Amino acid sequence: MINGISINYYILLSAILFIIGSIGVMARRNSIIIFMCIELMLNAVNLLLVAFSTLHNDAKGQVFVFFIMAVAAAEVAVGLAILSMIYRNIKSIDTHLLSNLKN
Amino acid sequence: MIKLVGLIPLFPLIGFLINGFFGKKLSKSLSGFIACSAILASFILSVVIFIEARHLPEHSQIVNLFSWISAGTLNIPFEFVVDPLSTWFLLIITGIGFLIHVYSTSYMHNDEGFSRFFTYLNLFVFFMLLLVLGNNFLIMFVGWEGVGLCSYLLIGFWFKNTEYNNAARKAFIMNRIGDLGFLLGILLIFVTFGSTSFDQVFSKAGTAEQGTITAIALLLFIGAMGKSAQIPLYTWLPDAMAGPTPVSALIHAATMVTAGIYMITRANVFYSISETASAVVAVVGVATALFAATIGLFQNDIKKILAYSTVSQLGLMFLGLGVGAYSSSVFHVTTHAFFKALLFLGAGSVIHAMGGEQDVRKMGGLKKALPITFITMLLGTIAISGVPGFSGFFSKDEILAHTYEHSPTLWFFGMLTSMLTAFYMFRLMFLTFWGGFRGTKEQHHHLHESPKAMTFPLIVLAILSVLGGVIGLPHFWGFHNFIGDHLEPLILRKNPSTLPHDTEWMLMGIASVAALAVIYVAYIIYRQRNIIPLNENDKMPALQKTIYHKYYVDEIYDAIVRKPLDAISTMFYKFVDKQIIDGIVEGVGSSVKGIGSVVRLAQQGDISFYIITMMLGVIGILLFTFLL
Repeated sequence: MINGISINYYILLSAILFIIGSIGVMARRNSIIIFMCIELMLNAVNLLLVAFSTLHNDAKGQVFVFFIMAVAAAEVAVGLAILSMIYRNIKSIDTHLLSNLKN
Repeated sequence: MIKLVGLIPLFPLIGFLINGFFGKKLSKSLSGFIACSAILASFILSVVIFIEARHLPEHSQIVNLFSWISAGTLNIPFEFVVDPLSTWFLLIITGIGFLIHVYSTSYMHNDEGFSRFFTYLNLFVFFMLLLVLGNNFLIMFVGWEGVGLCSYLLIGFWFKNTEYNNAARKAFIMNRIGDLGFLLGILLIFVTFGSTSFDQVFSKAGTAEQGTITAIALLLFIGAMGKSAQIPLYTWLPDAMAGPTPVSALIHAATMVTAGIYMITRANVFYSISETASAVVAVVGVATALFAATIGLFQNDIKKILAYSTVSQLGLMFLGLGVGAYSSSVFHVTTHAFFKALLFLGAGSVIHAMGGEQDVRKMGGLKKALPITFITMLLGTIAISGVPGFSGFFSKDEILAHTYEHSPTLWFFGMLTSMLTAFYMFRLMFLTFWGGFRGTKEQHHHLHESPKAMTFPLIVLAILSVLGGVIGLPHFWGFHNFIGDHLEPLILRKNPSTLPHDTEWMLMGIASVAALAVIYVAYIIYRQRNIIPLNENDKMPALQKTIYHKYYVDEIYDAIVRKPLDAISTMFYKFVDKQIIDGIVEGVGSSVKGIGSVVRLAQQGDISFYIITMMLGVIGILLFTFLL
């Protein structure tokens, strides 16, 4: 494996990052933090993909990662635009305030 | 030229399309001209083809136009048949049709629906031609339905009047009942013989079982009952007088109602095989003839009298068909077409002069004001009454002679009908044209002879009514019976008269004396004693009252058919529709609403709650996939 580090560590790191991301998404109220956490989850997956790609000597995984990064970039652009519009409307980015759907 | 037979129905179709699409933009005279010339072109071609077809070696020729229905083993070509029967009807339809078109250009001149009228009229002629030309039962059925449709459109021509619309619907429904029988008959023919083409079906008819043939014949006769107004489906015809008078003349006297006669003559093979079916036809025919004739005695609407007379005459024709005198019936169809079209057109002329009045009690003494109408109608009346020498005498006599040979009882009732016919027709004439005028002063001032376009057809038809008998002069007079010989190749069961000549003379003598005697009675009652029929509210003897109200047949139908149907419908509406169907439909709606109101509680609008739910869901799915 790369520099002798076992694949298990990559999996572990990726899992930790993913869990941090998902807990952040679930627990935090600040939209930007939630957004960052989503990115964290995405990158956890990326890391795993790259690791397995190297392990199996197969470039497909890395190609896939590039796609994810490109899509994530587009998603960030749209997501931030939505957030700024929300801020303009309610002067806040607290998700708990965005509960107008109810009734 | 026979190959061009496809053009005959094409001309009216073109006329229909032009008037139908551009009628509003055309001037009235152009619109009428197109319609008339379309029929005239068909008539000329019909005459040419009629003459040519007489020299055909096989008597009939089939003209294949195109393949119509072709699916698997089912193959129905669109073929026309040119033979003595179809060409004979072509002449009647296009010839009388043309005269009535010419008449209509004048009669309908002030009507705002002028071009619409000619559109329908041309369409009607098209379908009628299709009906008689088709070489299989299916094309006949298309024409059959088509004339029913046109009849509906024309009866309800003045659609702003609710009563007229009801009459149109009544005609359509009554016809539909008959059509169902006809359709079932066609299906049975197809199942039995594997084809609907006349030549194939009739050549195989001998191979089928007797019971099947009887069933086919009776089903076809149900169709004929509807279209040709026989008991029990006759009630639509008198009501059909709601349409403009030329329509009554063309459709409800001269052509459409004879479709049943045509169909049974065409399918005479079946009736020749099945004695039962023939007997049913004869009995229904004579019953209708007598029944309608008695109703005609006490009617006061000039068109209603003629309508019941038509029903009665159609009954006589069916009597002829039932006793196997097919060519005599076609002969009577022909002469009847002449004088009944004449009488209706004459009645139209009278109504025209009276400013729309149809009640004979309010007419009288019109012979001076309407000389041409008077003379032509008188000739028509004499012809229908069976006065010797006129056309109706010969055709009626032929039917009655054949009936006598078959069954003297039926002959007696036929004779009685014939006498009643003479009576009510002369009653109509005396009340309308003799005596003093009984209408209003305004009407009296308005009285005038109709324009030439209306009197010309009357004169032509009057000549035909008088001389029409020459096509079927009796054999025993030593004459050549033109129509009998003409149709002979088509009739399976030959029915040469075996009566001794003196019997035939006797029958003819009885008929002549009876007709003249009855006319004299009518003369005494309505001319010498000047009796005017009673008003509705006056007291009448019970029998007369019953007949005046047409034996309450409409009321009886109302009670035994419509009322129970209404009751069942109401029951279905209140119970099945309101309770069960509405219950299910509304139950679906309200249950969705109920479940929704519960599930909606989860939609709190809290994003983190949604995300947690989603996460848990994903984990649940993963666990489910990997662990199970």
